[in-house]
Amino acid sequence: MNERIAGRVSRVNGPVLEAADITDALMTEMVFVGEERLVGEVIKLNGNRAVIQVYEDTTGIAPGDNIYGSGESLSVALGPGLMGTIYDGIQRPLENLFELSGEFIGKGLSFSALNKEREWEYTPLVREGDRVKEGQIIGTVQETPRIEHRIMVPPGLAGTVTEAAAAGTYTIDRVIAVLEPDDTPEKRELTMVQSWPIRRPRPTAERRPLSIPLVTGQRVIDTLFPLAKGGTVAIPGGFGTGKTMTQHAIAKWCDADIIVYIGCGERGNEMTDVLNEFPELIDPSTGRSLMERTILIANTSNMPVSAREASIYTGITIAEYYRDQGYHVAIMADSTSRWAEALRELSGRMEEMPAEEGFPAYLPTRIAEFYERAGYMETFCGKEGSVSIIGAVSPPGGDFSEPVTQHTRRFVRCFWGLDRQLANARHYPAIGWLDSYSEYLTDITPWWEEKVGPAWAEDRREILELLQKEVRLQQIVKLVGPDALPDSQRFVIEVCTVFKNAFLQQNAFDDIDRYSTAEKQMRMLGIILCYWRRGNEAIRKGVTIVKLRRMKVLQEIIKMKLTIPNDKPGQFDRLEAKLERSLDRLGAIYG
Amino acid sequence: MADQSELKKKLLSSREYVGVDQIEGPLVFIKNTHPVGYRELVECRDRQGNLRLGTVMDTSDDVAVVQVFSGTSGLNMPETRVSFKGEPQTLGVSKKMLGRVFNGLGQPRDGGAAPRAVKQVDVNGRPVNPVAREYPRDFIQTGISVIDGMNTLIRGQKLPIFSGNGLPHNELAAQITRQAKVRGQETDFAVVFAAMGVKHDVARYFIDSFESSGVLEKVALFLSLADDPSIERIITPRSALTLAEHLAFDEGMHVLVVMTDMANYCESLREISTLRGEIPSRKGYPGYLYSDLAELYERSGMLKGFKGSITQLPILTMPNDDISHPIPDLSGYITEGQIVFERDMHSRGLYPPVAGLPSLSRLMKDGIGEGMTREDHPHLASQLFAAYSYVKDVRNLASVIGEEELTPLDHQYLDFGEYFEKKFVNQRTNEDRSIEQTLDLGWEALSLLPAEELHRVTEEEIETYYGTVAAKTPEGGI
Repeated sequence: MNERIAGRVSRVNGPVLEAADITDALMTEMVFVGEERLVGEVIKLNGNRAVIQVYEDTTGIAPGDNIYGSGESLSVALGPGLMGTIYDGIQRPLENLFELSGEFIGKGLSFSALNKEREWEYTPLVREGDRVKEGQIIGTVQETPRIEHRIMVPPGLAGTVTEAAAAGTYTIDRVIAVLEPDDTPEKRELTMVQSWPIRRPRPTAERRPLSIPLVTGQRVIDTLFPLAKGGTVAIPGGFGTGKTMTQHAIAKWCDADIIVYIGCGERGNEMTDVLNEFPELIDPSTGRSLMERTILIANTSNMPVSAREASIYTGITIAEYYRDQGYHVAIMADSTSRWAEALRELSGRMEEMPAEEGFPAYLPTRIAEFYERAGYMETFCGKEGSVSIIGAVSPPGGDFSEPVTQHTRRFVRCFWGLDRQLANARHYPAIGWLDSYSEYLTDITPWWEEKVGPAWAEDRREILELLQKEVRLQQIVKLVGPDALPDSQRFVIEVCTVFKNAFLQQNAFDDIDRYSTAEKQMRMLGIILCYWRRGNEAIRKGVTIVKLRRMKVLQEIIKMKLTIPNDKPGQFDRLEAKLERSLDRLGAIYG
Repeated sequence: MADQSELKKKLLSSREYVGVDQIEGPLVFIKNTHPVGYRELVECRDRQGNLRLGTVMDTSDDVAVVQVFSGTSGLNMPETRVSFKGEPQTLGVSKKMLGRVFNGLGQPRDGGAAPRAVKQVDVNGRPVNPVAREYPRDFIQTGISVIDGMNTLIRGQKLPIFSGNGLPHNELAAQITRQAKVRGQETDFAVVFAAMGVKHDVARYFIDSFESSGVLEKVALFLSLADDPSIERIITPRSALTLAEHLAFDEGMHVLVVMTDMANYCESLREISTLRGEIPSRKGYPGYLYSDLAELYERSGMLKGFKGSITQLPILTMPNDDISHPIPDLSGYITEGQIVFERDMHSRGLYPPVAGLPSLSRLMKDGIGEGMTREDHPHLASQLFAAYSYVKDVRNLASVIGEEELTPLDHQYLDFGEYFEKKFVNQRTNEDRSIEQTLDLGWEALSLLPAEELHRVTEEEIETYYGTVAAKTPEGGI
C-alpha cells in the first residue's frame, strides 16, 4: 500500500479524535481513520498532535489505530450528474450507499459523488489555439432537459488550449481539453469534473446590487416581506410552526433555476417525503419535473454529527458552482440551528471555552461566513448568477432571544418570524406580520412596479398600515369588547380578517392555492383594498358594517384564492366588477 | 492476515485486568490497558464474581473510562476484574422474546431462562438511509376522537405524549395500545414496552392492561424501574428498539413501541454527562441531547420492500408542565408531532385532556382524506382547529369584559367550544369510536356555528354534512 500514514489515534471521545505522532498533516486535510477507513478532517494542529473530527460513527476505534492522509482538503466533486441526486453531508450519493450497505448505512463506505460510467452528450465551445481564462465556459452538456451544464475552466487557471475534444458522448473523466497555462509550462488536462474545498468560497468577477425578487409564490412572502435573488433570509420558529413546510413550499414553487435543499439534522421521513413528492410535481414555468432542478443533501438527525456540520458547506459549494455557470440558485438550509448545535457539540468535545449557552465563541463568525456566500454576481464567464440562502432556525422553546437566532439576525437582511399563535390556529404559512421584515423592499420595488403593476408599493404600504392599526384596535377590543368601537374602526378589523383569511393564509395542498403568480397576488390585494376603500366610504355615508359584511360577493372574495387559477387573471376583473356593483347598490340606498 | 487479527482480538478479549484506578458514580477508570475501542462492551466482575456490563465512554493512551450499567455500588478498587470484549454491546434477539419481561440490558427478569437468540445485534443501531425509507401513510384508527380526527396517528410515525405528573398519560397509552388498528387489515402486530425509571405500580398497570385485553403474549417488556440503577436507563430504550427492529424488519411485524418516561432517560444522560465533567448547554443537559434523542426517535418508520413497521409512542412528563423545557422542546423538534396534555382540561374532568391547539400530527396530511379516512377529513380538521382557536380568544375576552358583553356570534363560538370539548374530545377510557363517528361528531359541533363562518370547508361539504344537529338560529342583526 502506498498510503501515507499521517499519525495515530491517541484518544477517542465521540466523533472527535486526538491524534499523536503527526508527521505532515495539513490543516483541514481529509484523512481516513483505522482499518475501516472512516472519513475525517484535521481541525487542529499543535506540535506533533492533532484533533480530527470524524464524519462517521467512531465505535470500535482504539488508541493506536493508524490515520491515513489524503493530501487534500475536504472537497466536493463538481460536474454533470449532480442534478437530481441525493447526497449525505460529505457528498456520498445515498442511492449508491444503499446498494453497498442496504437499508442501514454502514461504515467506511466510499463512493464517487458523480456517476463515472454515464455518458454525456458534449458540445465544445473552444478550439485549439483559443485563449481561455478562469471560469470561461469551454463546453456544455445537457444535464437534465431543463439544465444545461456549462463546463468551466477551474478558478485560478488561464492559458491556451492545445487540444480540444470534438463533440461527442463522453464520460466525466475523459479529457475534454488540454491547456497550456500562462504561468507554468506544465500542461493541464481538463475533464468535466473539478473539485473545490467546501470551506472556501468560490471566486467570482464582481458582486452586483440586488434588484430582482425571488418570487416564491407564497403571498405573505412576495407581497409583504419579499426576498431578492442573491439575498439571505432566516426563518425562525419553534417546533410545529411550519419551518419545513415553508421551506418545502419555496423549494417547489420559487422561480430560481436550481434548488439545493439541505436537510441538516432533521427527520429522515422529511427527506423521504421530498424524494417521493418532487419527481411528481411539475414546475409551472417549464412544465418539467421539479426533481430536474433539485439537489438534495440529507444528513438526518441520527446520522453522525460532524457530517451535519459539513453538510451546510457541501451544499453551498455546489450552489456556487451552478451560480458560476450563470444560474440563479436558491439554497434551503433546514435547519441551521442543528448545524450550530453540531459546532457546539464538537467544540464541547474539544474542551474549548464556551460562550453563550455552551456555543463556541466563533459561532457568529461561522454564521456570517456562511451567509456572506450568498449574493448576486457577475461570473467570470460574463453571465449573471445568484445564490439566495433561506435558512431555517429552530430556537429552543421558540424563544427568539437565543444565540443562534440573534446572531443570524445580524447577518441576514430578511426575517420571516414564525408565530406560534398562528400555527396553533393552523394559519399557514405562519409568518407573523408584526416581527417579520425585509430590507430588500426598496431594491426590488422598481421590478414590481415595472413588471406587475405601478400601484404595488403603495398598496403594500396601505395594507401593512391597516394591519398595524388592527393590532392597536384588537388591544382595545380585548379590554372593552368589539361593540364599543365605532363602525369605521370595526371595519378596519373586518378588512384585516378578510385579508388574513383570503390572502395571507395559503393552502400548500390545494392544487390552485399552493402558489400564486406575482400578478395574481397583485390582483387579490387590489380587490381587498377596493373593499376597504369603497367600504370605508360607504360607512362614512351611513352604511352599517353588518350590511357590508352580508354582501354575497364577500364569500367569493374569501374563496378567490381557491377558485381563480393563476392562468385566468380575467376572472379577477369579473369579481372586481361584481364587488363594485354590490357596493354601488349599497351606496345608492344610503346615498 | 484476517485470521491473525481475529485471533488477536480473541486473545485481547479474554484478557482480564484486576484492579481499577478510580470509581466515580457509574464510571470506572482503568489505566494501562491494551488499546480499547470506543463504545466497546465491557464485562466487570465484583469480588463475589457477579457480572456487570458496561461500555467504553472515552478511551485514550493512558486511561479507559467505562460506564457500568448496573451501577458501581459494591465494587472496590483492587479486586474488581475487567475485561474488554472487542466489540460493541449486542442484544440477542428473537420472536420468542414476546410475552417475556426483561431488564434494561435484555436479561430476563421474570425468572425464566433467556430465550434463544436468532442473532446478535449491536444495540446502538445504525442510521437508516433516507432513500430506503418508505413514507408512512397508513391511517391507524385509535378509536379516540381527538387523535383520529385532529392529530391522526400514522403507522411508522413517532408521536410522543407530552404530559405532566398526575395526568392520565398511562391510561391513554394503554387505550391506544388496546384499540389501535389499521382498518380492513388483519395484521401481525407486537408491542415493545420500555419503562425507564417508572414506578412499580405503573409497570403493573401496563402489564394488567395488556393482560386483560389478552395481548400479553404479544408484548415484550423492558423494565428499568425507579429503584434500578439510573445508568441502566441509558441502555433500556436501545435494547427495546433493537428488538423492535428485529420484529419489524426481520419478522415482518407491525410493532408499537411505548417508551416511558423519556424525562427519566434524559435525567440519566445528564447525570453521566455531569460526572464526566462535560460542558453543559441548557439546564445542565449535555449539548448532544438532541443527537442522542434523535438516535432513539429516528429508529422508527417503514422501509421500502419490508412488510413491518415501527410506530413509536414515547411518553414524557414535562417538568413543571413547561413545554419549553429542553426535554419536550428537543423531542418536539425530532418527533413527527406531539399530543400535549393540558392540566386545566383534566381538572374539568375531561378525558383525554388533550390540548387542542399545541397538539399536532405531522404525517396526518398524507394519511387522511378520500380513500383513507373520508374526503371531508382534511378540511374538517382544519376548520375545527380554526374555530377552536377562536373559542380560546373569545374565552379570554369574556374573562375580561364578561360574557354578557359578547356579540351573538361570539356566544355561538362559546357554545361550539363547550360542545367540542364535552362531546368530541371527551370520551370514556374504554370507548372505541370509528373514524366516521368521530368525523360526524366534528360536524355536529361545527353545526353550532353559522355556515358563513366556515371558511375552510367547501360548499359541497357544507351541503353534505353541515346541520346534522339542529343549529341554533343565528340572532344576527343589530
